[in-house]
Amino acid sequence: MTTEEQKMTLHHDLKVLETESLDSGFHWLRLNPPSWSWQPGQFLMLRPREWSSDPFLPRPLSIADLDGEALSLFWHVVGKGTRKMTHLRSGDRVRVWGPLGRGFYFEPHMPVLLLAGGMGLAPFIGLIRHHPHPENLELIFGHREDLSSYPLAELSKRILTWSLQDRTPKDLAKLEKAMKVKIQGYSGDGRVLACGPRPFLSMVSRLSRENGARTQVCMETPMACGHGVCLGCSVPGAGGRTYQACVDGPVFSAEELALDQE
Amino acid sequence: MEQTVALGGLTLKNPVLTASGTFGYGTEASAFGDVRFLGGIVVKGLSLEARPGNPGGRIAETPCGMLNSIGLENIGAGRFVREFLPRLPWQETPVVANIYAGDYDEFAELAAYLADQEGIAGLEVNISCPNVRAGGARFGQDPDMAAKACAAVREKAGDKPVILKLSPNVTDVTEIARAVEDAGADAVSLINTLSGMAVDIRTRRPVLGSVIGGLSGPAIKPVALQAVYRVCREVNIPVVGLGGITSAEDALEFILVGARAVQVGSASFADPQLPFSLVSRLEELCEELGIESWEEFRGRIETE
Repeated sequence: MTTEEQKMTLHHDLKVLETESLDSGFHWLRLNPPSWSWQPGQFLMLRPREWSSDPFLPRPLSIADLDGEALSLFWHVVGKGTRKMTHLRSGDRVRVWGPLGRGFYFEPHMPVLLLAGGMGLAPFIGLIRHHPHPENLELIFGHREDLSSYPLAELSKRILTWSLQDRTPKDLAKLEKAMKVKIQGYSGDGRVLACGPRPFLSMVSRLSRENGARTQVCMETPMACGHGVCLGCSVPGAGGRTYQACVDGPVFSAEELALDQE
Repeated sequence: MEQTVALGGLTLKNPVLTASGTFGYGTEASAFGDVRFLGGIVVKGLSLEARPGNPGGRIAETPCGMLNSIGLENIGAGRFVREFLPRLPWQETPVVANIYAGDYDEFAELAAYLADQEGIAGLEVNISCPNVRAGGARFGQDPDMAAKACAAVREKAGDKPVILKLSPNVTDVTEIARAVEDAGADAVSLINTLSGMAVDIRTRRPVLGSVIGGLSGPAIKPVALQAVYRVCREVNIPVVGLGGITSAEDALEFILVGARAVQVGSASFADPQLPFSLVSRLEELCEELGIESWEEFRGRIETE
């Protein structure tokens, strides 16, 4: 695709094909698919057409999956915008711009360990569904809500998954231990890809450094613009640098950031 | 209708500019529209040296708007001139550099450097930043300090127009406007963000890392409109209106109360195409309303 064509296709007005609500405030939105080439870890900005001034800002969302059938988004209600998004119905129109940012880097032949904390599962859904060698993938999933809120059953049919509920300090210690063992196992030729809340990624970064693993982390931050102009999504980098999650990330190598020193 | 407007020595092909801090260094939004169609662009505030900005939460959505506390993060004037300016179509669309400094000497040095660049059409002076030498008092909140900052920049800016960007966080914005007019400002732009705050009752913490930030978006439009209206009646230099503009209708409201041009700010976060679509929509709207020239419409609000 030429730069000119990419420019033409960044901004879209898409039709809602289907919505689905799960337990505990989890939702799926399936949109008429744009013809993007994308990488897991990339995101989009979404703003329903009917929003006027409140909520004011678009919402950044990981691309959970995109194929010829649909552009799929998966989110958890955390505030006004994500709640209002649940009112969308099939036939409604949303403005979307993307794919934005830098996604995960991996090659199909590499052994890859996926580490997801809660909604951090979102960018891995499409990755797992479309990976040509699913036997090279393994997932550890730390989650607070019941497993039925996540598409784990489907993903477990394709790859090896380990789910650990993470609600108490004791759970957390168990999750840390499991991740440590696995990260050690992938520290040679393997790659570790992680997405989840900040404390989760801090833990992954520390374990990766201690065990010499090559790890990429996908950051979740509030964003206003998604394309590098508002400077609202800064994340602290190693050596006092500041990165913008939207254009420098949201996927970073763990060494680029200073998460485990926070 | 002929859309061209004159702004303190600049000729803009239409009255639509981008607001500083919402359009990066001018190249980032190229996927959403062609900068050459805009009346002008005002780039992210520049300082002499690069600044890292504030740590912690920098943005928070609020009803019909948002708070920000970016902390004036920027790459420094030198890097902007070397890396971004050559990529901007400055021959066709005026590029205005927004600048800020911690004291008068720094303002003068920055103005001299940037005014010397062929690609920079004018300077917009952010006087909402604290004066480090004066114990952190804000230039924009004191008429004497505002006038001195203006004079420092004006003296070094050569033939480039100097626009003073005024803060609404003052008792009487017209007093500051008059002070900078007397100090040689070629135009004023207003309003900068309103001071604001958001807190989280569950974590018992402020949402912004810096506690207090600046409010922008449609929530502040009525405040901006009255400030522009009042300043337009008090000064003879052109006024650039901004604050919560999200449509061509909003832009015309500012022009009706006297603004020469307008800036689109945080609304381009909600719709990155807005600055570009607003240009053509404004032209259509002028036709619809039977406006024959800017002179016939600008400032012609009937209050009797």
